[in-house]
Amino acid sequence: MIEINNVSKWYGSFQVLTDCTTQVSKSEVVVVCGPSGSGKSTLIKCVNALEPFQQGSIVVNGIAVQDPKTDLPKLRAKVGMVFQNFELFPHMTITDNLAIAQIKVLGRSRDEAVDKGLKLLDRVGLKAQAAKFPGQLSGGQQQRVAIARALAMDPICMLFDEPTSALDPEMINEVLDVMVQLAHEGMTMMCVTHEMGFARKVANRVIFMDRGAIVEDAAKEDFFGQPRSERAQAFLAKILNH
Amino acid sequence: MSDFDFSVIVQNWAFLAEGLRYTLQVTVTAMIGGILIGTVLALMRLSSITPLQWFAAGYVNIFRSVPLVQVILAFYLILPLVLQMITGKQIPIGAANSAYFTFTIFEAAYYSEIMRSGIQSVPRGQVGAGYALGFTYGQAMRYVVLPQAFRNMLPVLLTQTIILFQDVSLVYAIGATDFFGAADKITQRDLRPVEMYTTVAVVYFIICFTLSRLVKWLQSHIAIIR
Repeated sequence: MIEINNVSKWYGSFQVLTDCTTQVSKSEVVVVCGPSGSGKSTLIKCVNALEPFQQGSIVVNGIAVQDPKTDLPKLRAKVGMVFQNFELFPHMTITDNLAIAQIKVLGRSRDEAVDKGLKLLDRVGLKAQAAKFPGQLSGGQQQRVAIARALAMDPICMLFDEPTSALDPEMINEVLDVMVQLAHEGMTMMCVTHEMGFARKVANRVIFMDRGAIVEDAAKEDFFGQPRSERAQAFLAKILNH
Repeated sequence: MSDFDFSVIVQNWAFLAEGLRYTLQVTVTAMIGGILIGTVLALMRLSSITPLQWFAAGYVNIFRSVPLVQVILAFYLILPLVLQMITGKQIPIGAANSAYFTFTIFEAAYYSEIMRSGIQSVPRGQVGAGYALGFTYGQAMRYVVLPQAFRNMLPVLLTQTIILFQDVSLVYAIGATDFFGAADKITQRDLRPVEMYTTVAVVYFIICFTLSRLVKWLQSHIAIIR
């Protein structure tokens, strides 16, 4: 579904990604973790070409992202993405947030789009908030809406870029619950997150990144049981012991 | 003090009202046209295409460096020549009509700077979110960035419009009859400057003061909840 081959990226002369190679198969859940500044967010943003990269290739569902001939809007419409800061559109109601891309990108009728949006809103437990504006919702609620908004596009896979990092601790679980449910339904997911509980519960594989490189790419059991690299061991020791 | 005779206002009210109507028409035309052109200029200035950046920067810098009176005069004289070059015919435009054009073009430079800071006030992640949903550049601007930029900047846009409303009086340099020009013409004829100019000042004050109250009200009522 997602194939990342030897991707390197530079900001000027500073290399942020070094020869990254991995893949996410259909219905697989891959968690990407690592210390801050390790390039995990940059890597996931390369998958739907929100960030350009200079070397290597990324193929999503058979389509080469870096190919200048690729119709990026069309590709991105099929790849759901959830951001650290939610990025709901603050000037629109929740209903419009859910409907706008369905109408303008997929060409659905307004009725159809609203209907679909509200069903998904109900699924994330926020049906009562439909008429409100994003600023009137808590962070956890906003992030659940953001997930519903991405799902409304019927994505073939979902990218999560630290979806719980900007949340107050008591709101993290409501978002993780939605993600766990999604994983159980067989959604293909690539998640940048530090939530190791989530990784243990639903991840198939865990990727550990450090200084722009993929240091470890292992099945969940191996990663938590016996991380091979010292850096991954040190990282795990730090975040699991608190 | 008993010399004051405000009947000059009543007698000439129709002429004054005609002038005021013209002032308002130029203001509204230049506001709408200026914001539209200004928004396009702002997008050009912020685009990654260098020639577009240069064009927009040049446009803004030129018009902001030349006194408005001079631009009004220049366009009044040049516009007929340009039109004649394009069409091959002599088209009498007249002072009153050339002002619509001049103010739209001139104000676009100012509105574009306002829209530019408005666009920059929208967090970059919003554009990313739009793209991630499959929006094209145009759609991301139209549905995500510009509505927020416009709303953030509405008070400043209106403040600029108040200045524009007052500046329309400069058409008197080319002999067009706006509100102030109408008053001026009556004064030349009836020699009642104090009554006339006082009345004009009061009308300007009422309109501008009302608008600036509106700006204040808007500032507290249309802010996007974040």
